[in-house]
Amino acid sequence: MKSVQLSHGGGGEETNTLINDLFYRYFENDILIKAEDAAVLEVKKKIAFTTDSFTVSPIVFNGGDIGKLSIAGTVNDLAMMGARPLYLSSAFMIEEGLSYDTLKQIVESMAKELAKSGAKIVCGDTKVVPRGSLDKIFINTAGIGEIEQEDISVSNLEQGDVIMASRDVGRHGATILMEREGLDISSDLQSDCETLWPAVEGLIKEDIAVHSLRDATRGGLSAVLNEWAQASDICIEVEEDSVGISDQVRGICEMFGFEAMDLANEGTFILAVASEDAEKALQVLRQYHFCENASVIGTVSEKYPSKVVLHSAHGTSRFLDLPKGELLPRIC
Amino acid sequence: MNELQLKDLYDGFRDPKTIRMLAKEIEELAKGLDETLNIMEVCGGHTHTIMKYGLPQLLPANIAFIHGPGCPVCIMPKERIDHAIALAKMENTILLTLGDMIRVPGSKTSLAVERAAGHDIRALYTPMDALKIAKENPDKKVVFFAIGFETTTPMTSAVIKHTVDQGIKNLFFHINHVLVPPAVDAIMADGKAKINAFIGPSHVSVITGAKIYASLPEDYNTPVAVSGFEPVDVLQGILMMVRQKLEGRAELEIQYTRAVTMEGNLKAQQLNDTYMRPRAHFRWRGIGDIPDSALELRPEYDYLDAEKLFADILPTEPIDDHKLCICGTILKGLAKPMDCKVFGKACTPNSPLGSCMVSSEGSCNAYYRYAGVLG
Ligand code: SF4
Repeated sequence: MKSVQLSHGGGGEETNTLINDLFYRYFENDILIKAEDAAVLEVKKKIAFTTDSFTVSPIVFNGGDIGKLSIAGTVNDLAMMGARPLYLSSAFMIEEGLSYDTLKQIVESMAKELAKSGAKIVCGDTKVVPRGSLDKIFINTAGIGEIEQEDISVSNLEQGDVIMASRDVGRHGATILMEREGLDISSDLQSDCETLWPAVEGLIKEDIAVHSLRDATRGGLSAVLNEWAQASDICIEVEEDSVGISDQVRGICEMFGFEAMDLANEGTFILAVASEDAEKALQVLRQYHFCENASVIGTVSEKYPSKVVLHSAHGTSRFLDLPKGELLPRIC
Repeated sequence: MNELQLKDLYDGFRDPKTIRMLAKEIEELAKGLDETLNIMEVCGGHTHTIMKYGLPQLLPANIAFIHGPGCPVCIMPKERIDHAIALAKMENTILLTLGDMIRVPGSKTSLAVERAAGHDIRALYTPMDALKIAKENPDKKVVFFAIGFETTTPMTSAVIKHTVDQGIKNLFFHINHVLVPPAVDAIMADGKAKINAFIGPSHVSVITGAKIYASLPEDYNTPVAVSGFEPVDVLQGILMMVRQKLEGRAELEIQYTRAVTMEGNLKAQQLNDTYMRPRAHFRWRGIGDIPDSALELRPEYDYLDAEKLFADILPTEPIDDHKLCICGTILKGLAKPMDCKVFGKACTPNSPLGSCMVSSEGSCNAYYRYAGVLG
């Protein structure tokens, strides 16, 4: 089988081959292989439920592909609510003619990413559409998680809270931009795409007083901080210099006139933590390879409610706005 | 390898210690000034640096900034935005332009709205992509809506050159390249403007040479510094002008000696001259009609000129900004954005009524986003 044909989505024999050879093989678990019309789940605690669609172009990029993204994205949304990711659905919309090997690579990386949180794909759907109706492949995943720690919310920030970032910012956006432009100026620039649940679980286990968590996806760090400032009606003061930005990301921003803090991330999260737990939170985070450069970037104050203020190293300050204008489309 | 060079290019020019040191030095020297130094940044790029790095917070009260005409998008009158929209709506057409242009409203809609409605409108990162797109779509009309100050003109000229040399038949040009010095003259013309110093952009001057500003010190008896875009560059430029004032000089000085010369890039200037010539009139949004302040294609290239080829569908009526808009007065330093009755109310960055609210480089926009902050 070289490429995906319309018949693979027709519901007949070819569809079954695709399901058996690919999806059952890689996603195998006892709920999925029952092949019922709907998955039957048992959940004991309060649950979190989320959905997201993924349309990134190019579908394979340095540091990941649309498969990895589609799992990490949904699992991270659950994790950011303090929920242990348990069950996911996955729906594939595939353009006729997509190479079978590419699809296999995508499914493989989904399976690999699922293993990091222990979540399972328990139901799914595949549609194949005629050439030209969409670009290669779109994936939708929805997910359910059990809440392990309650009261993590955008509106829970308090005066004196410490704001941290789990790593440097802007990598995913810069990587996609670089690939689209066909630039190979920094081949070691990789997307940060990553499942964050292990680090969140670590924080919960250590009883860290986490007030809010958010992965800095579209709109980047700027969007998260502004949403927090507005939802909690507090002021967030950030030391510009303490926000990690790699030289490669800086270079790309310089070239295209972007701000690294506005660029999307897919494996970077921002935390608001009670100040007495800040040091401990950092220690916990730094045990995970994707958070080893976690750092404090700011604090919550009452200076300018609903605003984010950036303090520069040369002694000036300015508001950090929500990103405006033409953001990059199809980035996740 | 490359990103290292890029980093080397700007790193030292953002160094916090150097910034503070220069600001201190300016503060000391400025004590000797007998009048406020009202510096106009001719180019929006400097406005951006000044606001982003919060330079006014570091400088004494008698060093003030008057934000100039801003950026190529801000000065585009609505009827020309309507041109872009009309061209994009033609059958079987791809309209190409640069960044911010997509978002700016014309008289009724914007390119962004029309793109959402299904018209093929694309923002280019580099004008050269126009060639590729034209070749990939031989059965479509591809129109490049070219905008920019002196810096970007040579890039458009290069695209035109390739189009001519390669005999590409389906790529057309709508030229909106404007020239900065005539606009400055227009602002200063009535003698009322408070501006008594200019910071000129280095990137314009790399191309044209600093000579295009040579007349300013003579005509208006003001210091001029041609400076780079990093905060250290801007501060050094200001320092040069403060010194001039103290010593009673009014001269053109080049801060950005990294690349600017008096003569500029003669090759690029020649390339422009081959394909373009001054346009008799151009209406600048916020300033008005200024003779010889823009470029157009030479008549030999009428066959590439979208403005001529599709003239029958292009609106010709000038469309002015809102009656209450006082951008013109703000540009002269005679009013502040807050003096405008609709500032921040009917006029915001999301629905700009006048040119200086349009892009982040316009003064109303900058005030809207930064005002109230931080002593
Ligand atoms: S606030 Fe708007 S209307 Fe008023 S001067 Fe500025 S741009 Fe013009």
